[in-house]
Amino acid sequence: MTVTKDDLIDFIYEEVRMLDEGRYDEWLALWLPDGHYWMPLDYKQTDPLNVTSLMYEDIFMLKLRVERLNGARTFSQKPKSRCHHVIQRPFVDEMNAEAGTFVTTTFMHYVETRLDEQQLLALTARHEISLVDGKLRIANKRVDIVNCDAAFGNIQLLP
Amino acid sequence: MSHYADNPDAIRALVQDKQVHRDVYTSPEIFRLEMKHIFANSWVFVGHESQTPNKGDYFATSIGDQPVIQVRHTNGDINVLLNRCPHKGTKIVIDRQGNTGKFFRCPYHAWSFKTDGCLLAIPLKKGYEGTGLEETQNGKGMKAVGAVQNYRGFIFARLADEGISFEEFFGESLSSFDNMVDRSPAGKLEIMGPPLRYMHKCNWKMLVENQTDTCHPMVAHESSAGTAVKLYEELGLPADAPKPPAMEIIAPFMSPYEMFEDMGIRTWPNGHGHTGVHHSIHSNYSAIPGYFEAMCETYGEEKAKQILGENRHNTVYFPNVMIKGPIQTLRLFIPLAADKTLVESYIYRLVDAPDELTARTAMYNRMINAPTSIVGHDDLEMYERAQEGLAVDGLEWVNIQRLYEDDEDFDTEAVENGTTERQMRNQFHAWVKFMTMDMDPKAAPAREAAE
Ligand SMILES: [Fe+2]
Repeated sequence: MTVTKDDLIDFIYEEVRMLDEGRYDEWLALWLPDGHYWMPLDYKQTDPLNVTSLMYEDIFMLKLRVERLNGARTFSQKPKSRCHHVIQRPFVDEMNAEAGTFVTTTFMHYVETRLDEQQLLALTARHEISLVDGKLRIANKRVDIVNCDAAFGNIQLLP
Repeated sequence: MSHYADNPDAIRALVQDKQVHRDVYTSPEIFRLEMKHIFANSWVFVGHESQTPNKGDYFATSIGDQPVIQVRHTNGDINVLLNRCPHKGTKIVIDRQGNTGKFFRCPYHAWSFKTDGCLLAIPLKKGYEGTGLEETQNGKGMKAVGAVQNYRGFIFARLADEGISFEEFFGESLSSFDNMVDRSPAGKLEIMGPPLRYMHKCNWKMLVENQTDTCHPMVAHESSAGTAVKLYEELGLPADAPKPPAMEIIAPFMSPYEMFEDMGIRTWPNGHGHTGVHHSIHSNYSAIPGYFEAMCETYGEEKAKQILGENRHNTVYFPNVMIKGPIQTLRLFIPLAADKTLVESYIYRLVDAPDELTARTAMYNRMINAPTSIVGHDDLEMYERAQEGLAVDGLEWVNIQRLYEDDEDFDTEAVENGTTERQMRNQFHAWVKFMTMDMDPKAAPAREAAE
């Protein structure tokens, strides 16, 4: 399979649609097993390990996060939150066809709502994508919220 | 109209042996009085010395509702100044941290002040000649807090000029700070990065009480800790395989009641106390290679074992701070309004210890204390529901009588069953003490006879 720019762009669009529609099993299946979802706490943070982040989660944690959303005793999800992404056309920053590795950057607005509250986050998502067995997969994802250092209430779904 | 101001009897009536009146959580007047009395008369945490390592370094924060600046003075001491220009009131420091050199300069009219607050210069000063400016409070410079104490790197301040000494206020409770700092082979901590900042629409005391509420984790956190255990079992890994980090950190929240009963709770005078006298959810973390050896090098094996064998869970310092010694975390519950609290969660590095320990601390912080934390989500939900539920009329008292005993004496240290609510009662005992200690009934506004 030859990966085109459009394939990568479509991949990002499909990913956010899965998140907005709550199709988490499909979303988890996009991930490579050793991937990490990183959401820094600081502007231009370089270290995910030795300082605090909002999220730096392996697949076990992501599974736990998603599984919890549907639990009978998940009190903060009664009623459930909903989310909505509006994304710009992703930039394809790196295309290494030979290695099957790609990097995209996508600017987006993320809305999360529950009960009478709604919050808007502006963010930049950087995806490391790999071609494995003919399929595009997420190797790593970094989400920089533009006001990452602000005080937030709950952010319960996945920006 | 005012009901509680300078009315110590009315304040005392809010706290009974086994219950507290909802006004302590919901009344805007009580909140204002807490700022004026409790936060002025207690020793409140400001920051860590490593946030201002060099001369002129400053860090802006608050004590209750008072904006303050922690600054490293030219002589190396750390001062705490109120963050306002004595001229027109402009905040001197606007950013969170930075270096101001040898003096502060107000951005409005360029009045300048030494880093101990003393007035240094005023442009076109002849305009004040003969006006008596130097005799006024404003002419002296930036106001400093009443007293500052650096305890093993942690900076505390008392706003009031006179009052309880640092040693008397904290007493034996400082042993939890000692244990946290002693865990560094160099006996030294260093701040790591900015704090998590998590906004809560509830009263600050709900968060403080929750720190020693050992009957909620297995209930409120079943959705995260219980699900973690279930997912792990489904993986079917061999028992000796390394556990996913989430299991090591989150799963202990699902420990049975007996574990929390046996862990014990200790209370100290002035509203301080801690869970985890004998063991805690932090007891069974995996060993990090090289750490014990480094500790033995500094302290000798016996002392090293003693330091690392102390696994206190949450130590609460009245009024609004909590530390976790075994993972070098400090949480500050910053009161913003009767129904609004900002929680800042800081982490520290153990100087001369392996980096893996810092990584575990950072992991704990983001997994448990972040606005994105699946554990934090359920806590916040409980606090906010409580804040809303307290609106119910005809049932105006909050119950704190679990394992209550007659004639409890909060002026002496005690160790009790780990599920007691004694520490909550202890906090309210201190709350009344610091709320009323400088109230002046003679200054009370006239009250209606009906009250
Ligand atoms: Fe909790």
